[in-house]
Amino acid sequence: MDLYARRLLVNRFNLFISMLAMAFGLFWLGWILIVLFQHGFEAISWSLFTEMTPPPGSHGGLANAIVGSFIMASVGTMIGTPVGIMAGIYLAEYGNSGWLAPSTRFVSDILLSAPSIVIGLFIYAIVVLHAKHFSGWAGCLALSLIVVPVVARTTENMLRLVPDSLREAASALGAPRWKVITSVTVRSAKAGIITGILLAVARISGETAPLLFTSLNNQFWSLDMNAPMSNLPVVIFQFAMSPYENWQQIAWAGALLITLSVLLLNILARVFFRNTAQGH
Amino acid sequence: MSAVLESPAALTSKTKIKVKDLNFYYGGFHALKHINMEIPEGKVTAFIGPSGCGKSTLLRTFNRIYALYPRQEAKGEILIDGENILAPSQDVNRLRAKVGMVFQKPTPFPMSIFDNIAYGVRLYESLSARTMEERVEWALRKAALWDEVKDKLGQSGMSLSGGQQQRLCIARGIAVKPGVLLLDEPASALDPISTARIEELVHELKNEYTIVIVTHNMQQAARVSDFTAYMYLGELMEFGVTDEIFIKPKRKETEDYITGRFG
Repeated sequence: MDLYARRLLVNRFNLFISMLAMAFGLFWLGWILIVLFQHGFEAISWSLFTEMTPPPGSHGGLANAIVGSFIMASVGTMIGTPVGIMAGIYLAEYGNSGWLAPSTRFVSDILLSAPSIVIGLFIYAIVVLHAKHFSGWAGCLALSLIVVPVVARTTENMLRLVPDSLREAASALGAPRWKVITSVTVRSAKAGIITGILLAVARISGETAPLLFTSLNNQFWSLDMNAPMSNLPVVIFQFAMSPYENWQQIAWAGALLITLSVLLLNILARVFFRNTAQGH
Repeated sequence: MSAVLESPAALTSKTKIKVKDLNFYYGGFHALKHINMEIPEGKVTAFIGPSGCGKSTLLRTFNRIYALYPRQEAKGEILIDGENILAPSQDVNRLRAKVGMVFQKPTPFPMSIFDNIAYGVRLYESLSARTMEERVEWALRKAALWDEVKDKLGQSGMSLSGGQQQRLCIARGIAVKPGVLLLDEPASALDPISTARIEELVHELKNEYTIVIVTHNMQQAARVSDFTAYMYLGELMEFGVTDEIFIKPKRKETEDYITGRFG
């Protein structure tokens, strides 16, 4: 066997192993989705969007949880995104020397991979314990802490992809540094940064642990951010573990709703990134 | 070394840029060694030499664009209109507004063609919408791009071809009305036709601007420049009237390079 034929054989073998690994991963993902779709679509009905979470044994929906989740995810994103973008700008544009930027990057990476339950406990300790009650605000804060490192990391990466020649060209016209960053660099990385924000939203939409200790849950319709607030993940957590069949049904429906909205966000992020990246 | 070099500026016109004992360092690397030269006003001066000889580095000191990078440092004096631009008191942004630069690769900003031109102008002048339109048209006409883009000023600057993008960058550079225009291999990424247009442009612009052009292409230097500086290993080997440098170089090294014996 000559060298080329052997290389071809090794290539085929490795390709086969990779395909196998991919199939293994996809198999479980597919199974999860099938089970979820089976149970979820069975439980989905119009009342899910109009009625409140019910007591055991009676009819109800998820309206308060859907709205609560939506509010907390939105406010959490609105708090976390500006902080994350500015941190990312600092890391990419100013953080090339000194000790502050590498430390910030390191801490941000730890935060990125920190178990979200730790973040929930942290907000519980510094907010909930002092206010002496659970609240929507505390939930938003916990979610925003998850958003910050995700957005900071993607913003930094996207800004680093912008060629230095573009920064030089803007500076060569006499633009001060902040102006170069806001009007040229961030602008060329816009699609990537927005994609990062959408992915952060997708990430926090399904987070349970940070909300368990902060916003807790509320079985009634409530838009009061100072009171406990209902949300999908915690409802799913409580209802799925319960012995009541109607609660379990609603939990499946909630799980399906979250999965579909995360899927939608991911698709949006992809489409957006592709369109804007090509539009240039 | 400076004593040996004649100053071609003295022969003809006023000096625009005067370089006095300039040394440049990339960290520990000594990239420019004791450069002395006088670049005349309203003429085209070309820097030639093999890769790594320091010609781009020298060009990049004239608007202090190197200062964007922390480990790069210039020592000595560069006088533009008599003012030392290397002095710590020099505001680099104001300097760069007076000394325009066009780079090797076209770098349109991610905005419309109109805004690409208006960007630099807006930084230092507040013009009425009408005057701004006139300024943009003026710059695009100067850069011989107006006829090709006048109907699509709202389109992204990135939608243009490479040669058009480079002329857009030149238009952007002259729109702020600088006294000096630095061109860093402006045609090396372009096809021959676009290159010819850029060269024509340089020819037309030289009456109003002092132009310094770095080029790898010796024919180009011979075609567009009035004066030529030959650099080698961070030193200025010879500087003089372009015809003399190409026909009758004083130094053996210059002759070797120009006749293609190395480089």
